[in-house]
Amino acid sequence: MSVIPAEQLIDKRVHYLNESYGVKSWLFTKDHKRIGLLYLASITFMFFIGGAAAVLMRLHLIEPQGALVEPETYNKLFTMHGVIMVFFFLIPSIPAVLGNFLVPMMIGARDLAFPKLNLLSWYLYMVGALLTLSAIIAGGVDTGWTFYTPYSSVYANTHVMAVAIGVFINGFSSILTGLNFVVTIHKMRAPGLTWFRLPLFIWAMYATSIIFLLGTPVLAITLVLLGLERLLHVGIFDPKLGGDPLLFQHLFWFYSHPAVYIMILPGMGVVSEIIACFSRKRIFGYGLVAFSSMAIAAISFLVWGHHMFVTGQSIYAGLIFSALSFMVAIPSAIKVFNWTATLYRGSISYDAPMLYALGFIGLFTMGGLTGMFLASLATDVHLNGTYFIVAHFHYIMVGGAVMAYLGGIHFWWPKISGRMYSDGWARFAAFVIFIGFNLTFFPQFMLGYLGMPRRYAFYPAEFQVLNVMSTAGASILGIGYLIPLVYLAYSLRYGPVAPANPWGARGLEWRTSSPPVTENFEETPIVTAEAYAYDEGREPVA
Amino acid sequence: MWSGFSLRPDQASTIAKGVDELHYFLTAVTLFFTALIFFTIFYFMIKYRRRSEADRPAQIEGSLPLEILWTVIPTLITMVMFAWGSSLYFRNSRPPVASAEIFVVGKQWMWHLQHPEGPREINELHIPVGVPVKLTMTSEDVIHDFYIPAFRVKKDVIPGRYSSIWFQATKTGTYHLFCAQYCGMQHAGMTGWVYVMSLTDYAQWLSGGVKGESMVDAGGRLFSQLGCITCHVADKSGRCPPLQGLYGKAQKLADGRSMIADEAYIRESIVHPNSHHVAGYAPIMPTFQGQISEEQLLQLIAYIKSLRGEEGKAPKK
Repeated sequence: MSVIPAEQLIDKRVHYLNESYGVKSWLFTKDHKRIGLLYLASITFMFFIGGAAAVLMRLHLIEPQGALVEPETYNKLFTMHGVIMVFFFLIPSIPAVLGNFLVPMMIGARDLAFPKLNLLSWYLYMVGALLTLSAIIAGGVDTGWTFYTPYSSVYANTHVMAVAIGVFINGFSSILTGLNFVVTIHKMRAPGLTWFRLPLFIWAMYATSIIFLLGTPVLAITLVLLGLERLLHVGIFDPKLGGDPLLFQHLFWFYSHPAVYIMILPGMGVVSEIIACFSRKRIFGYGLVAFSSMAIAAISFLVWGHHMFVTGQSIYAGLIFSALSFMVAIPSAIKVFNWTATLYRGSISYDAPMLYALGFIGLFTMGGLTGMFLASLATDVHLNGTYFIVAHFHYIMVGGAVMAYLGGIHFWWPKISGRMYSDGWARFAAFVIFIGFNLTFFPQFMLGYLGMPRRYAFYPAEFQVLNVMSTAGASILGIGYLIPLVYLAYSLRYGPVAPANPWGARGLEWRTSSPPVTENFEETPIVTAEAYAYDEGREPVA
Repeated sequence: MWSGFSLRPDQASTIAKGVDELHYFLTAVTLFFTALIFFTIFYFMIKYRRRSEADRPAQIEGSLPLEILWTVIPTLITMVMFAWGSSLYFRNSRPPVASAEIFVVGKQWMWHLQHPEGPREINELHIPVGVPVKLTMTSEDVIHDFYIPAFRVKKDVIPGRYSSIWFQATKTGTYHLFCAQYCGMQHAGMTGWVYVMSLTDYAQWLSGGVKGESMVDAGGRLFSQLGCITCHVADKSGRCPPLQGLYGKAQKLADGRSMIADEAYIRESIVHPNSHHVAGYAPIMPTFQGQISEEQLLQLIAYIKSLRGEEGKAPKK
């Protein structure tokens, strides 16, 4: 325990990690970088809790009659997996960890505009997360992460309210983060950093923040209405009380579809940074890539009805939502083509972050294209509510968002920790995750087309082969996610000291030391070029 | 483990083939673009791999023609998908006029099905091949979803309202019936079988077994038992509107609106009579919410639908 590597003794430089010590210096910190790390620890914990639920589900489904648990427990497992992964991992993942750490540094600022609000947002997250976890320990909840009424408001006799309040409180954490980012990006850019010199990661954070601000309050209102009906029997959603059960779905998806873009837009930002750096090229069509983030954010508010094609909503409403859903695919396609074109005539290296980013492009492409099956009315009728949906959104959320998040963690790890990790292990993990992921979720596309409904604790025997394949994949994927946990933790103590700019990147965050000083820059940088000036000054890599 | 394994679901309804053709088109587009992106990335990765740390590739700003190209082509392709998917959906959403009707009530965690002729089934549905069948569905409790994969049809079954789907089976056989909307503990057990039978087998099935009374008869019995008959008398002398010939006609309401008297209207009038009462009559009808089940409601509606003509003919048998 007391072995201190030689280089740590030599490194006497004061930076944000060693500037003060002790629990208090972390719990009361107003430094955006430390708050980012508080989030990193919390969401990593939540990720493995949610992941454990998924592994149990997949093991259970290895046999048609269910191998492990009672249906009641299975229902609680998938609810727990969804609630934790969506609200307590994916939504905060890139914005709250990497966004917190990087937004001020990328724009040459000392901190976010409202450091105390930033700390408050982490406390709100923790209160929401602990309330949700305690509800799970007390017996769990079985409504699915979607809380559809009137099941959730009248019929479920599990801990619906505790989890709903947990998610409600957590929503304010998102709102505060969004508010902080919008103000910071508007008001605190370094001299010379014009909008169109901004890194695409900042554009993505800006678009995400707008959805946080406009969408999250609707979720909060919806959960309040759910609580009113469940606790006080005010008739809102239950037809027996004079309510409308579909109203809940409209309100829920008005938030939760844009929330899909809260989860994927930051990933697109991360991937833009990584692709540019490891091919030493400016992002092809920078302006369009930036603009497409804003277009996605705007259109994302107009497509919620595609979750409701089979609810009996008017066929004309279905028609309009279908058309708008196809429209939102276009900016995503533009991004994929531009990232691919960025590689053209580049100087490409295959460091671990790049492998994650390229994996992202491939899996996101598949996730996006399979979304077409669900935007198209006639095929959606067959596929809605089946494993096809499960596969589709996991290609976006896991193949897309989680790959990008891991890519980002690997890319900025030297900056965050001041240490290098083992590149060999990191590439190996990226490979294992890619294989495990596809083996888990590709068979689910086929299961869905064959008609297997999701959220089934047991199923007809003819679906077993594909389920066994999926379970095998999930086991590989689970191990794949554990590997980075080990070598990243190992690098904290034993990894070689990282230089200020190990990848030869051009963003402002690489101009300061690794790890940065508390105020980020010794003096405020003056910006004279965009974030991707890879042809500028042919100096050797630092 | 491999028994019954297949990569294609049964195609057993008139719409299944059309949905599958669109599905294959979408699959082809997906495979093409996935292959295009994967291949291009691999090609660039190899061709432009970093050869020296000092590499400083020339920068390319972008290309307007290319941007236009890869905006316009996906737009055109998605428009084809949109038009194709929508026209199929439109075609599939309108039941033929001469459809046989069956009534479905979902409740945690089973399906109750009633044939107008009388037979009632639980988690089983017997239908004739080659005949369009229309289902009118509601739920006793939470939202369920009626899904027959082999027919490519699915519709939510929602408490407090009627939803409907129709299909025409093309192949005799036994097919899965699933609940596709999570509905609580035994959701995975809310499944059943659809038996598609030849016309003669179906006629035999209808006449065999315990037949029970027809839905119209059952509804007529309820109509007297619940006392509806005391007010809703056949001529206009009663305190309430006569129901003969009501179904399908526009009703003028006291608040000036006009509504077509369909299933939803009749249901609403029984459960929430004050939500729309007919012009010229006092709002004296009591609510029957909580006093009759969804199945009884469907029987009452079947009875009221059977009352024909202004002159108050006897209900058809």
